Amino acid sequence: MRFLDTFFDGAVMAKYLPDLLSAIVTTLWLSAIIVVGGLALGLALACLRTLGRWYLTLPIVAFADIGRALPPLVVILIFYFGLPGLGLNLSGPMVLILVLGGVLAAFAEEIFWAGLTAVPKGQWEAGRATGLSFAQTLFEIALPQAIRMGIPPLVNRALAITKMTALGSVIGVKEILAVSSSAQSFSGSATPLTMAALAYLAIFLPVVILSRLLERRYAWAV
Amino acid sequence: MLEINQLQKSFGDTQVLTSIDLSVKPGELVFVIGPSGSGKSTMLRCCNRLEEPTSGSILLDGEHVTACHGAALDRMRLKIGMVFQGFHLYPHKSVLANVMLAQVKALKRSKEEARARAMEMLEHVGLAHKADAMPSELSGGQQQRVAIARALALDPKVMLFDEPTSALDPELVGSVLKVMKQLRDEGMTMVVVSHEMDFAREAADRVVFMDGGVVVEAGTPEEIFGSPKSERLRAFLSRLHPSAS
Ligand SMILES: Nc1ncnc2c1ncn2[C@@H]1O[C@H](COP(=O)(O)OP(=O)(O)OP(=O)(O)O)[C@@H](O)[C@H]1O
Ligand SMILES: [Mg+2]
Repeated sequence: MRFLDTFFDGAVMAKYLPDLLSAIVTTLWLSAIIVVGGLALGLALACLRTLGRWYLTLPIVAFADIGRALPPLVVILIFYFGLPGLGLNLSGPMVLILVLGGVLAAFAEEIFWAGLTAVPKGQWEAGRATGLSFAQTLFEIALPQAIRMGIPPLVNRALAITKMTALGSVIGVKEILAVSSSAQSFSGSATPLTMAALAYLAIFLPVVILSRLLERRYAWAV
Repeated sequence: MLEINQLQKSFGDTQVLTSIDLSVKPGELVFVIGPSGSGKSTMLRCCNRLEEPTSGSILLDGEHVTACHGAALDRMRLKIGMVFQGFHLYPHKSVLANVMLAQVKALKRSKEEARARAMEMLEHVGLAHKADAMPSELSGGQQQRVAIARALALDPKVMLFDEPTSALDPELVGSVLKVMKQLRDEGMTMVVVSHEMDFAREAADRVVFMDGGVVVEAGTPEEIFGSPKSERLRAFLSRLHPSAS
């Protein structure tokens, strides 16, 4: 009974449910923007890199390496507490989107690029030899194969980074962890944290299952 | 039809093609033989600029292949069909989509038109019933015939074959050669790099022997196989059939 009272206190649950629901909505839209923006940016950067121009490749590689090397929390704190010193005031959600979206873009660029370099040279030659332009060969032939190869690591990375929306709790974003941990300190009960864990599961478990279906959908025997 | 003049190609410091002159007449099948590393693939690949010639010129129907760039080069490549040793079908697209892709994207045919033409070409190579299959579900010989159909669907003026049967199991070679023979009989202009000497005897109008980046000898199959003049060709042929010489 002690266990249930600690983690599943019905009165506490009822009290904080509305707050938590709105926090879930916040986490959801933040995640959606981060995933869509990060993947799109990463894909665009990988495509630009195929042009093989040093003045494109150099900044892209620098961005990808730095983005993957820095702990996101450090960048979030710098953006949130440092940039106002330069007269640049970004809201908490904005900082979260920029930083996590950027970090996902850095990883995604590398994953897409790895996929593109793994597409056999003969695929490019077959495309170009049949009169397709560089861009057509990239988009019709190379990229679909690169994306297929990238799906498992991309899903893992996107999940890892969207879970980091919990870092928003340190810069006042009212997402799931922020709301539930303040509820925990007000109520003195661990129940809000249990609710947070359940909320995260409810969001991310379907994504994991969906990704498995996606992998199967795009699997063609090679 | 296809004219190669003083074609030279170097990779860095190593000269692979010294000076190639070759003229292919309409409807002719020119068969190219030569030892490994003699530059046969490089010559073919220069013809559609997958490899950039170092100097020399290539003309197709009087038009300079070597002078065009960008979109003009893409259009030129539509007239030059190429079949690779490794097929290079697109693994993520069905057989039909493989044959349709460049028709729609490069030749700007409508989907219906491209589909009809693709089915016609697949019929031609005996694979219409595999239109909806994925490339990985086909044998090597079938894949190569799809690759031939993919090139033919663009109505090229000349077809280049780079060792089209070298990657195939012996029992599958015949099906591909049959399609090539049929193509020749329909009057397609073809340049074929291959080691299938029986096919050369049967189907080639002219055999070209390359070694060390030059054309050493050219002639009818009877001349080349029956009475080789140069020492290098004799040595090459006797290596192929050690017992016969
Ligand atoms: N991209 C490249 N970079 C450097 N050297 C190359 C390149 N492509 C080909 N070569 C060299 O050019 C020479 C001719 O190659 P090529 O592939 O044209 O010969 P081939 O006659 O087709 O031989 P094979 O019968 O083995 O296919 C070889 O020595 C090869 O190493
Ligand atoms: Mg070769």
